[in-house]
Amino acid sequence: MSGADVWRLSATALAARVRAGDLAVADAVESGWRGPAAAWEADVHAVAHTDPGARAAASSAAARDRRTAPLAGVPVLVKDNLCTTDYPTTCGSRILAGYRPPYDATVIGRLRDHGAVVIGKGNMDEFAMGSSTEFSAYGPTRNPYDLGRVPGGSSGGPAAAVAYGLCPVGLGSDTGGSVRQPAAFCGVFGLKPTYGRLSRYGLVAFGSSLDQVGIFARHAGDVAATYAALAGPDPHDATTRQTPAPDVSRWDRGVAGLTFGWPANLWREGVEPDVVEGLEIAAVALERAGARRVAFDFMPGEYAVATYYLVATAEASSNLARFDGVRYGFRHDDAPDVRALYTRTRSAGFGPEVQRRILLGTYALSAGYYDAYYLTAQRARTRIRREYEAAFARCDCMLMPASPTLPFRLGEKTDDPLAMYLSDIFTIGANLAGIPGLTVPVGLTGANGRPPLPRAVQVLGPEDAEPVLLAAGRALEVGGDTIRLGAAHDTEFAWPTKR
Amino acid sequence: MSIDREDVKRIAELARLEIPEDRIERTARELSAVLDYAAALRRLDLEGCEPTVFAGLGAAGPAPLRADALDDVRRLTPETALAAAPEHEDDAFLVPPVVENLNP
Repeated sequence: MSGADVWRLSATALAARVRAGDLAVADAVESGWRGPAAAWEADVHAVAHTDPGARAAASSAAARDRRTAPLAGVPVLVKDNLCTTDYPTTCGSRILAGYRPPYDATVIGRLRDHGAVVIGKGNMDEFAMGSSTEFSAYGPTRNPYDLGRVPGGSSGGPAAAVAYGLCPVGLGSDTGGSVRQPAAFCGVFGLKPTYGRLSRYGLVAFGSSLDQVGIFARHAGDVAATYAALAGPDPHDATTRQTPAPDVSRWDRGVAGLTFGWPANLWREGVEPDVVEGLEIAAVALERAGARRVAFDFMPGEYAVATYYLVATAEASSNLARFDGVRYGFRHDDAPDVRALYTRTRSAGFGPEVQRRILLGTYALSAGYYDAYYLTAQRARTRIRREYEAAFARCDCMLMPASPTLPFRLGEKTDDPLAMYLSDIFTIGANLAGIPGLTVPVGLTGANGRPPLPRAVQVLGPEDAEPVLLAAGRALEVGGDTIRLGAAHDTEFAWPTKR
Repeated sequence: MSIDREDVKRIAELARLEIPEDRIERTARELSAVLDYAAALRRLDLEGCEPTVFAGLGAAGPAPLRADALDDVRRLTPETALAAAPEHEDDAFLVPPVVENLNP
């Protein structure tokens, strides 16, 4: 491989070359910027903030441990709601314009401790509220496979960057599907870990009982390597699990003897044929690899959506109370008293979708409505958790769409909040239940008059099932291609074509 | 509609948001659409379902309490804490008057 093609490498292959001394950390870190970013970034707009000086400084620091670090020299774009001291952290919001946190998120420190280099901040829907990355105050991100379509959201920036080749790994956050849905739209792997496995310290809070940091990568093995580096207890986040994280080192162990649930009632209607075809490809590929399909009916996703938009907005209305123009970020300059300061700062600083959700959450928590909405939703959440527990008593993992549709067009859903919320119908349940989910790409759609678009499935498992999800994801990475192309095939990533 | 104009004004005030007059009607409609959708939960049998506050902690046991001690890693100097403030003076964040000055 010539030096110019370094950006195509997987994270693990790139780190191995750095450790062997065949590749300088700075060249590894800059490979995406020198290569595909020049062609793509102006159109896609995956990156919200970067700084060549900060990248160079971080590369020098990372070079010290380059002989041993597991992720030596691996460039990572992280979502702009993860606190970083060397780049601004704006959450796609005007209210945090220019803000630089005084500390790094725990996952940022762990990336660094393992030799990886943060190369900038990925664009996102404002405060992670959205499913298309159109609600960023800094402009939308576009899908590299079709620039007229959205990359999904809210972590659309890192997902699109990993897809077009800026970096092999990205970090996002997943409160209701914000890693798994953009991963599906951009054709990359996207893991939402078990609640409490990745520290939330330094992740700007949206829905604290639902938020998890998630991982994007083009290859299953890179998800595993990044998870191994980041997962585990953190004294600065009391909601991290105190037990050691599950061992994902055998991510390539295969799926022989594994059972996977097949709740086909969920896609009998309201799911696009291309998505259903992707599920069938995945099921056959898993069966050929030795797994067994267990068919059953599962609770319709509408209940999860209804529950989620009460729980998540209630938590958001409380979490976002801290943005008041006093301690950091934007302040409205015309405020005669402190109450006007709060109101004017928040009204001018938050975009319409964030304001909508704050209002909804405030209503669900307000006197007289608390029992009818918030408490009912919390009880429904228990019911939903039990539905998943019952399903996982019958199988090791479960196949589901990551999204009911292929990537939709920019502007298609921005004026219809409920339609946007329903694009999360298959991802929200995992957040409510606290279980892990992995989006796995299964190739591109056929070219029927439009550019081929990524197609994906989601694999869900019980708490701490990350090793199972990664084994299934790896089996599909190898076997999904075999079936689609009708021939044995290497696991080359299905790159987008620049038009 | 679950939410009317007056509701929008009341919750906007609670949330310290100002909804322009010409957006109140539309906001009421949008919020009502979501709440009407959420009414589907009433069809769900919730007998015996206690509220879930945090998922995923049950099996792992309750969240631990940290030691009641200073955490030096997370200590900020006044300079650092004030660095991102829109306005500050000495060691304090500066805000407009909180209470009326009765004895000017």
